[in-house]
Amino acid sequence: MFNTASTTPEKILQMLAALLLFAAVMGLILFIAGRFGGKRGDRIVAYLYLLPVVLMLGIGLVYPGLRTIYQSFFDAAGKAFIGFDNYGTIFSDADQLTVLRNTVFWVVVTPFVATAIGLVYAILVDKSRFESFAKTLIFLPMSISFVAAGVIWKFVYEYRPDQGNVKQIGLINQLIVWLGGKPVQLLIESPLNTFLLIVVMIWVQAGFAMTILSAAIKAIPDDIIEAARLDGVNAWQMFRKITLPSVQPTVVVVLTTIGIATLKVFDIVRTMTGGNFGTSVVANEFYRQTFNADNQGLGAALATLLFVLVIPIVWYNIRSLRQSEAR
Amino acid sequence: MSTTTPVTTTPPLVAEKPSAAKVAKKRLSSPWASLAAIVLAVLWTLPTFGLLVSSFRPERAIKTTGWWTFFSNPTLTMDNYKGVFGGDGGVNLANFFINSLIICIPSVLIPLSLAALAAYAFAWINFPGKNILFLMVFALQIVPLQVTLIPLLEIYVNIKITGTFWTLWLSHATFALPLAIYLLHNFMREIPAGLIEAARVDGAGHVSIFFKVMLPLLTPALAAFGIFQFLWVWNDLLVALVFAGGGDEVAPITLQLANLSGTRGTAWQLLSAGAFVSIIVPVTVFLLLQRFFVRGLLAGSVKG
Amino acid sequence: MFGQPTSPRFRAALAGTLSAGLVLGLAACGDSDSDSSSGTDASAAAIDCAPYTKFGDIKGKTVTIYTGIVTPEDTPHIESYKPFEACTGATIKYEGDKSFETQVLVRARAGNPPDLAIVPQPGLVKQLVSTGKAVAAPQEVSDNVDKFWDKAWKAYTTIDGKFYGAPLGASVKSLVWYSPSEFKDSGYTVPTTLDELKALSDKMVADGKKPWCAGISSGDATGWPLTDWMEDFMLRTAGPEEYDKWVNHEIPFNSAEPTAALDAVGAYLKNDKYVNGGLGDVKSIATTTFQDAGLPILDGTCSLHRQASFYAANFPKGTKVAEDGDIFAFYLPGKDATTKPVLGAGEFVVAFADRPEVKAFQTYLSSDVWANTKAKLSSGWVSANKGLDQANLTNPIDKLAGGILLDPKATFRFDGSDMMPAAVGSDAFWKQTTAWITGQDTPTTLNNIEKAWPK
Repeated sequence: MFNTASTTPEKILQMLAALLLFAAVMGLILFIAGRFGGKRGDRIVAYLYLLPVVLMLGIGLVYPGLRTIYQSFFDAAGKAFIGFDNYGTIFSDADQLTVLRNTVFWVVVTPFVATAIGLVYAILVDKSRFESFAKTLIFLPMSISFVAAGVIWKFVYEYRPDQGNVKQIGLINQLIVWLGGKPVQLLIESPLNTFLLIVVMIWVQAGFAMTILSAAIKAIPDDIIEAARLDGVNAWQMFRKITLPSVQPTVVVVLTTIGIATLKVFDIVRTMTGGNFGTSVVANEFYRQTFNADNQGLGAALATLLFVLVIPIVWYNIRSLRQSEAR
Repeated sequence: MSTTTPVTTTPPLVAEKPSAAKVAKKRLSSPWASLAAIVLAVLWTLPTFGLLVSSFRPERAIKTTGWWTFFSNPTLTMDNYKGVFGGDGGVNLANFFINSLIICIPSVLIPLSLAALAAYAFAWINFPGKNILFLMVFALQIVPLQVTLIPLLEIYVNIKITGTFWTLWLSHATFALPLAIYLLHNFMREIPAGLIEAARVDGAGHVSIFFKVMLPLLTPALAAFGIFQFLWVWNDLLVALVFAGGGDEVAPITLQLANLSGTRGTAWQLLSAGAFVSIIVPVTVFLLLQRFFVRGLLAGSVKG
Repeated sequence: MFGQPTSPRFRAALAGTLSAGLVLGLAACGDSDSDSSSGTDASAAAIDCAPYTKFGDIKGKTVTIYTGIVTPEDTPHIESYKPFEACTGATIKYEGDKSFETQVLVRARAGNPPDLAIVPQPGLVKQLVSTGKAVAAPQEVSDNVDKFWDKAWKAYTTIDGKFYGAPLGASVKSLVWYSPSEFKDSGYTVPTTLDELKALSDKMVADGKKPWCAGISSGDATGWPLTDWMEDFMLRTAGPEEYDKWVNHEIPFNSAEPTAALDAVGAYLKNDKYVNGGLGDVKSIATTTFQDAGLPILDGTCSLHRQASFYAANFPKGTKVAEDGDIFAFYLPGKDATTKPVLGAGEFVVAFADRPEVKAFQTYLSSDVWANTKAKLSSGWVSANKGLDQANLTNPIDKLAGGILLDPKATFRFDGSDMMPAAVGSDAFWKQTTAWITGQDTPTTLNNIEKAWPK
């Protein structure tokens, strides 16, 4: 059962076995939980429900995370303890300010724009005749692999010179040429290039925002809408007074999720500019040091910096959690 | 599509008043709204559309002229798609397809169920350390996948399950949990406390509340997260490469598609065709799960 | 959200990858459909099984081999293993993966390495050995390498006195691509010294052309073609001995010789009279992908493009790569006609297991028998294995590359960035030369690289 399955029936059997095993574990937890009641029992039920999750996260994420923090105090080979030297390196490097500035741009712009577009779109197409099709269009970028996304955006940003019979193959430069301008090397101009890369991330993440927010919009009780309707509110008031307050917690969730995903994203930067021309972000530096430069210590320090950068987002969530408790 | 809610899951209350939905639709589909939606949709689709057009163009044309040239000077070829389906190597795509499905199904179901349980505990049960634990779980989203690879692989080597699907199921499930718990927790908090209290007064325990009250109300949220988890697992290459070892027995379709571009990454005419082949499954899943995005499940209850 | 790890070093790594599989299709006159696996019947050719009997009965055993070589170049590799499988009854399990270069380190560190890995850089071999999981090559392999390869090759993977990886294939980087028909029509001749190359470029400028085209964009490996340029010029302006000192950091990266070499590159690439034919101005070098950079030659908007032999695979199907075809390459000349420095790269087989079947297969891969079997099966592939019969190289560019590699007068040097520590060879060197082409001056560039060199 724990061997490599090589034929299709074997694979399917292994999958069914895994699902059965999982169902059995779940069943056991629920069975035990079902035997407890009352206030004291509540605690036991909660811990039972959380047991598998805590185990998996402990092994799969907490331990590697702590190990990374530990490693960040060691040298490139991970052998000699060097204290805070790696952090010193990060903050003494001249390019690092640009990296931090870019990271701030990414985290400030991406979540808000992607969420706003996702929300507006979800509302606009909600209940329209082509809702499903219309949503698929925005969702599409999410389901494209990063490798393909790189090719897609190459066809948008690519530069060809204004020379002889050379033709543009990038859409933006073609538009510029059609309008009578000269083609621009879009990915070199800093800080414009960072925003062009952010556009790609927004393009991908709007689908996420739209899908999650759409699920939230669908959960707004019809009678609330109808009541407002009877009061004769217009579309804008509907949005301000009903829709937005109803989905507000979900908006926070979506902002947070995209914010964290943005902090971590490096594929876009890596495939499109390789972090050159002043476009690098912390996650890209982390990847570069860990895998290109083989500097385990510095890579770990950059990952730890990511953990630190998430603190404002956590703090924001603590606040909104408190608010919702208070409600 | 969503205006016709499935009868089975819809409380009769909603079915009796379709008027609200109708009114809303009428109000919202003003010409400006429609125009805005269309502009957004076009902007979002245009880049991908360019890739679609490119996937039918010959290699030389792709590399020297823009895809819009296709409309003034159409040259059509199926070569790129033939290349994807193993024109020369005789690659058995079907095998990789099955692998991807085998990887995906448990990798979606397992974290979804575990996260639902955990989110319920966080949302509706009081226990010491609840908030701090929840924030920790949620903050774990920031741990980059890359730092977990070596520690986890060491564990899998020790328990001798490398090169099997088990490594992938366990890893994907683990990585999905922080986000899944966070999202589902949010949706659970939105459910009116009155419903839970009423059930408790009726003597229902946490197990039966979870199944009888929560799960039916959570359908849109579960569907939404299910779509994304499926998508991420389907498009994943990193986890598959590291833990399954990339052997043909367990390798997902993404590995095959990534290798399509050739050893030196020059053949992006094949990549563009490959992208549309691999996109079919996630989009199908998206369309199928759309039917669970049902309005009005909470109708009739008092919010709050 | 979690993207795919297209290996960081990978594209740069071009380094060792020789098997430019499409070349045959391009070169074979008019036959645009033939792929790299043509001539499969060659694999059926019986080989002498005697060298493998001493490893005992390895029938039914499996050897896993992990590489960065994927479709379509993998087919001739897999085919070339068949005579060995027929001899011994062992099975070779081939695994090609584009992100090989990061994954192999992860797997080795976590204790889950393959039996054998085909590694395209000596620097990476060093990293793998430092994980403690690699095992030294058996005596039989060492003997084969002594017999068939120049001793410089053995030194690349000899670490602390132990020999780890037998070389497999090799590539030539000191090549300039050009259009034979343009040369004929305009009366240009192939230069034989650096001065002649300069004169030729000037003549082209006088004819109203932008002679050179270049592109260094390659995702996260952006910049690597510039490191090749600089290495080629270092070999020529400072000589092979200084080159070795530079690569081994016996002279600082920012000392006089490397500065002169980079400035010599600048005389071509930062000269807006010379570049960037069909692609724009000097800065456009930074954003043009290396794959696209030589294509303007086909359109007639560019005349010269310096790139390795594997670049042949980049031309669209139907392009004839031959001395009398659409495009061909000449040797990037030395300082004068008497010196012939050659910049190249290669790949090495590193073992992580010493079971008999693994040793037997390593022995096979290091033999002249394998080199000839492989040469017959593939195109766009050459080796510096002296046992390789040149007659087995079928297409023109392979013949050219093979001829340069095995020329006794040539001085071969391995791609320096592949041998430098990763922090320089696959990070600072790339990043800084990219900044250099977009405007940073030479001293700043070299100082920054020097600073990145691990202490």
